Amino acid sequence: MQWITNNLPYLLAGISVGGQYALIAIGYTMVYGILRLINFAHGDIFMAAGLIMVYLSASLPFYVAIPLVLILTVLLGFAVERVAYKPLRKAPRMSVMISAIGVSYLIQNVALYITGGLSQMYPSIPWLSDTVTVLGATTKRVTIITPFLTIILIVLLVQLINRTKIGMGMRAVSKDFETSLLMGIKIDNVISVTFIIGSFLAAVGSLLFFTNYTGVTPTVGALPGIKAFVAAVFGGIGSVPGAVIGAFIIGICENIIKAVGWTVFSDAFTFALLIFILIFKPTGLFGEKTTDKV
Amino acid sequence: MIQKKKSNKANIIFILALLILIFVLEQTLPSSSMLLTVVKKSAIYALAAVSMNLLNGFTGLFSLGQAGFMLIGAYVYGMLTIPVADRAAVYQYFDGGIIQFSIVEGLSGVLGNVAGLILGVLISLIIAGAIAGLLAYLVGLPILRLRGDYLAVATLGFAEIIRAFFQWEALGPLTNGSNLLRKFTCLDDFNIVVDGKVAVYLSTTVLVLIVAACILVITLVINSTYGRAFKAIRDDETAAEAMGINLAKHKMMSFVISAFFAGVAGGLLAMYQTTAQAMPFKSAMTYEILLIVVIGGIGSVTGSCLSAFIFIGASEWWLRFLDMEKYNIPGLNILRPGFRKVVFSVVIMIIVLFFRKGIMGENELNIAGFGRWLKQIFTKKKAAVAAAEEGKNNG
Repeated sequence: MQWITNNLPYLLAGISVGGQYALIAIGYTMVYGILRLINFAHGDIFMAAGLIMVYLSASLPFYVAIPLVLILTVLLGFAVERVAYKPLRKAPRMSVMISAIGVSYLIQNVALYITGGLSQMYPSIPWLSDTVTVLGATTKRVTIITPFLTIILIVLLVQLINRTKIGMGMRAVSKDFETSLLMGIKIDNVISVTFIIGSFLAAVGSLLFFTNYTGVTPTVGALPGIKAFVAAVFGGIGSVPGAVIGAFIIGICENIIKAVGWTVFSDAFTFALLIFILIFKPTGLFGEKTTDKV
Repeated sequence: MIQKKKSNKANIIFILALLILIFVLEQTLPSSSMLLTVVKKSAIYALAAVSMNLLNGFTGLFSLGQAGFMLIGAYVYGMLTIPVADRAAVYQYFDGGIIQFSIVEGLSGVLGNVAGLILGVLISLIIAGAIAGLLAYLVGLPILRLRGDYLAVATLGFAEIIRAFFQWEALGPLTNGSNLLRKFTCLDDFNIVVDGKVAVYLSTTVLVLIVAACILVITLVINSTYGRAFKAIRDDETAAEAMGINLAKHKMMSFVISAFFAGVAGGLLAMYQTTAQAMPFKSAMTYEILLIVVIGGIGSVTGSCLSAFIFIGASEWWLRFLDMEKYNIPGLNILRPGFRKVVFSVVIMIIVLFFRKGIMGENELNIAGFGRWLKQIFTKKKAAVAAAEEGKNNG
C-alpha cells in the first residue's frame, strides 16, 4: 500500500501527460495522413493557445475566455494552413516542411515579442486546478479529468471520421490525394477541416497541460510538440487510435523514468524510442503498410 | 576548359582579396566593431550551413541534426584545450575533471608558443570534427535507412539526446555537467600582443581562413566523383542505384563528412564565444542554419556563404533599430525588443513561400561569370541602342 501511495502520483501524472500528448498528437497524425507533412508549427499553435488564454483570462471571466481561446486557436491553425501551406500544394515536400519550420520560427518570435521573453503565469482555472485525493495521493483534478476527456473527444473524432461526409473525404484524401481530387472531393475544404480539428484538440490539450505547469514561454510548445509527433509515429502515423495509445505509452514511460530518478533522460528516452521504432517497425504499431511502385 | 581555369583563377583572386580586406579592416576598426562580429559569426554559420547543404542540398537527405554535431564539436574542442592550471577552476564541482592535459599547451611546450598554438588549435578542431563524424557514423548505421521526413525527425531527436547526454551530471568529470566550459584557447589568443598591447589583430582573419579552408574541402568533395554520386542520389535514388552507386555507402559518407564539418563549426563557435554550454544548441539553432541554407539556395555553396552573412548581419546588426524604442513613430509603439525578430521571420516566410529558389538557386557565384554577365548587359544595351538608332535611320 505504501508503495502504491508513493508511486501513484507518477502513474497518474503519466496518464494525464499522455492524454495531453494524445490531444496534440492527433493534429500531427491527421495532417501527416493527408498532406504527408510534419507540421512543425503544431507545437507552437499549442503554445499560442496557452498564451491566448493568459491574455484573455486577464480581462474576461473564464466562461467567456475558454470558448474564445478555442475559437482563436482554431482560427490560427486555419490561417497557418491557408497562408503557409496552401500556396505550396504543388511544391516538393521538402519546401512544405521548410515552410512549416519557418512558421514555427515566426510564431515563436511573435510570442517572444508579445511576452517580452518572460514566462507568463497561466491562470489557475477554478475546479480544474483544485486538489483532490486519490488512494492517498494528492493531485490536481485536471489529472483525473484528462484521460476521460481525451477518450471522449477521441470517440467523437472517430465517429466524425467514420460516419460523416467530411470524414469520408478525409479518409479518401489520405488514401489517394490525386484520385480523390478526380472524384470531386473539395480537397482544400478537407485539409482546412483537418487543421481546424487539430488546432481545436491542441487548444483543449493546452488548457489541460498548462493547468499543471503554470508557466508559458515562447518555446514551451516545441518539446511537447515533438513528443506528440513521436507518439504519432509510434502508433503508426495516420492512425488516430494509434496516436492515442502511443501518447499514453510515452507519457507513462516518461514519468516512470522520472520516478526512477533519471529526469535528465526523460526527454531523451522519447527520441530513443522513436529511433528504435523507426528501425524495427517503421510503420508504427497500427500503421498501414505501403508498397512502393516504380 | 580554358574558361573554367580562368574563372577559377578569378575566384581565387577574389577570395584572397577578401581575406586581405578582412585583415586590413581588422587592423583599422576597433575590435568591438559590429562588422567584425558579424563577419566572425557569419563565417561560422556559413561553415555550418555549407555542411548542412552538403547533406540536404547535394545528397537529398533531409537531416536536422546539425546543432547536435556542433555541440559535440564545441565540447570536444573545449575539453581538449583548457589549460591544466585552469582545470580546477572550470571543473570546480568535479575535482578538476578527468582530462589533465591541454593539446595547445602540450604542443607549445615542444614546438614553441606560436607553432604550438596553431597546430594545437588545428589538431583540436580536427579531433572535434572527427568525434562528431564518428558519432554520425554510429548513429547513421540505423538512422540512414529511414526515408524523408522520418530521417528529419530521427536526427532532430538525436540532437536532443546528445544535448541531454552532455548535461548529465554523471558525465561531469568529462563535460562539466550543466556548467559552462570556459578558459579554453579562443580566437583572441591569435592576436599578437607586444608589451601588453595588441600589435596585430588576427582573430577574425584566422577564423575566416579556417572556414575558407573547410569550405574549400567541401567544394572539392562536391566536385569529385563522390560528389557526383551524391547528386545522383539526390535526383533519383532508384536510378542512382541502377547505375551502380552504393546508396548506403555514399549516404553514410555524406552524413559523416557533414557531421565532421558541423563539429569543426561547433569548435569554432566555442572559440568565438569563449564559452561552451549545451543549452543554446537547441533545435532552434538547426532551424536557423536550415533557413540560411534555404535563403542561399538549396544546393549552392556560395549561396549558403552569402546568405549566412546576410542572415547574421540582418539579425545581429542591420535590423537592430527595430528593437529600439527611440525610433518609434510617436503614437505607434510597436518598436521594442523582439520586434526585429518578428520582421525578420516574416521576411523569411516571404522568401520561403515566394522565392523558393533562394538567392542563388543551384548556381554558384562565379566572379568571371559575374564579369561576363555585366559585360553582356552592357553589350545588350549597346546593341539595343544601335538597333534603335538603326530603326530611326531607316524610319
